[in-house]
Amino acid sequence: MLKNQAAPPATSQPKPGRQISDRTLSQLFIWPTLILLIVINIFPLFYSLFLSFTNYSAIANRPPEWIGFANFDRLLNNDDIWGYFALTGRYAVISVGLQTVIGFGLALLLRKKFRGSGVITTLILIPMMLSPVVVGLFWKLMFNPSYGIFNYLVGFTNPATAPDWLANSDLALWAVIIVDVWMWSPFVMLLCLSGLSAIPDYLYEAAAIDRAGAWFQFRRITLPQVAPLLLIAVLFRTIEAFKAFDLVMGLTGGGPGDATQMISVEIYSQAFLGQFRTGRASALAYIVLVIIIAVSNVYIRTLNKVREG
Amino acid sequence: MATIQLQQVEKKFGNVHAVQPMDLTIQDGEFVVLLGPSGCGKTTTLRMISGLEAVSSGQILLNGRDVTWAHPSDRDIAFVFQFFALYPHLSVWQNIAFPLQAQGESGANVEKRVAEVAALLRIEHLLRLRPGALSGGDQQRIALARALVRHPAAFLMDEPLGALDAELRETMRAEIKRLHIDQHATTVYVTHDQIEAMAMGDRIVVMSNAVVQQVGTPAEVYHKPNNLFVARFIGSPGMNLLSGHYTDGIVQLLGSGRYPVPESWDRALKARLGQHGTVIVGFRPEAARIGASGALAATVYATDMHGGYTMLHLSMEGEGGEIIHARANRREHFKIGETVRFDLHPDMVRFFDAETEVALEEVR
Repeated sequence: MLKNQAAPPATSQPKPGRQISDRTLSQLFIWPTLILLIVINIFPLFYSLFLSFTNYSAIANRPPEWIGFANFDRLLNNDDIWGYFALTGRYAVISVGLQTVIGFGLALLLRKKFRGSGVITTLILIPMMLSPVVVGLFWKLMFNPSYGIFNYLVGFTNPATAPDWLANSDLALWAVIIVDVWMWSPFVMLLCLSGLSAIPDYLYEAAAIDRAGAWFQFRRITLPQVAPLLLIAVLFRTIEAFKAFDLVMGLTGGGPGDATQMISVEIYSQAFLGQFRTGRASALAYIVLVIIIAVSNVYIRTLNKVREG
Repeated sequence: MATIQLQQVEKKFGNVHAVQPMDLTIQDGEFVVLLGPSGCGKTTTLRMISGLEAVSSGQILLNGRDVTWAHPSDRDIAFVFQFFALYPHLSVWQNIAFPLQAQGESGANVEKRVAEVAALLRIEHLLRLRPGALSGGDQQRIALARALVRHPAAFLMDEPLGALDAELRETMRAEIKRLHIDQHATTVYVTHDQIEAMAMGDRIVVMSNAVVQQVGTPAEVYHKPNNLFVARFIGSPGMNLLSGHYTDGIVQLLGSGRYPVPESWDRALKARLGQHGTVIVGFRPEAARIGASGALAATVYATDMHGGYTMLHLSMEGEGGEIIHARANRREHFKIGETVRFDLHPDMVRFFDAETEVALEEVR
């Protein structure tokens, strides 16, 4: 070992004074965001967990009182709540199912480039770029039985006999589903398109040589190759469907009666209508959270299985 | 089993010819190699035979049946791709079974045929794996197995060894040749590697610039190249080519060498050129016979030891003396700068027209 090696020349040392070190600089960039996150995300997350074990009401002028699992007990023993869960589940399955089929179908149609395919793709993507509240409001106009265009387009040309989609408790759920499918099928299509374009041509050449018919090619090459992205689309859409709120509020506000009272709308009703049961609303929100995490886990496991095969 | 006939088959991309109109008949059981530098149209030709590429004009017959516009699946051919084109999401077994299942073969039959072909290619231990987990050589074996399993009428192979490293290439080359001998199936094989072409082909189709330059056995294209392109392209190094002026039985080479023309060639040159004219003399490195009495002289420019023989690189005497290559016995030693005299084996010398670059015919 060499001893007494000369120290490296100290040429590039910062001048003392008003210089800020890189470390300080990075902290300055990070902390504002962190503080914002803590105040509006992390703190409410834990505070609402605490509230879910209390009888707190945001309008009552008294501090939260610890009542243990009473909120959960009441919620889980309430048939109405179970009904809203079932409704949300039905909505999620039908809506996401339709979006998957329509979105994948559109992607297959738009897969081959043709004159104007770029413009058509962009036009199809417009619905998912709009604000859900805006979508809800203008579909409300379109569903209107006397002057809305929707009935006219689907063939009910006489306003006297045409159905009032949003006021009919059998049709209201379907109205919400139609709008959700209209708005979000393009999202599924977008993911499927990117999945389809990633399939190399030579696989289809090999399949042609191997004498595979169109259906066999679709089943054995296209579908398994797109499956990972298709599942991601389905995962995103399922989570969103379980949280369905803005679109429903814009269209029906949960009505008529409770025909479209999705679980998120119910949370809103508990928290901000009538008695402002903040504690119980928090408890319900946590139940929904647990369900969404569970469902997502099932999907992610399936996704990993598809990827590994 | 199949014969393949190309009649005036042509491929144009816009106004550019990828393949000029070509005729070719491939006999049943024959192993034909399409050989040429990249961009010469050999792969396009193969893809037209397969049906993956449409012809611009001309006809393709398979066993006498016109398949010019038939879909690849209606041609009963198998295609081995350069980069294997295995189905990445399927296991090796599923990859090999794919063509059988696509035809709706029964489960038991699929099991049996996959097992047979796996045994033939010694890949039984790989059947459960995914292609991504395999080496290049094994992936190409799987691709071969997938081609073989259907017992197609003909095999088309597009540089199947191009993506493998040198050592593996030798092994796989032998395996493919052995398979061809066992199966005796008509095979069209594309490569840019002339050594591979010489080693494997019953016949070689040399292509360049979208044009077929020569069709012949490996010996024919090696010893009797049709033109200067084939002479240069085949062999490593290619044929030595020296231009010179023919006068009355003697070719005065550029520089100072004087080469007395063998009698049978003298007649040919006279017939073509009259009393005198410009000509190109061609000879393979092994046609040079080094000896003190040789008619030609050159100085040693460099020597390579090749194990079995020594390759001499000689600089011809005189102005702008060209570098030629000659094979010498490995026991002889040559110093750089030393003058060497040599003769050409009269049976192994060729002459080419200096203008058209086409080979002259010997007159016996």
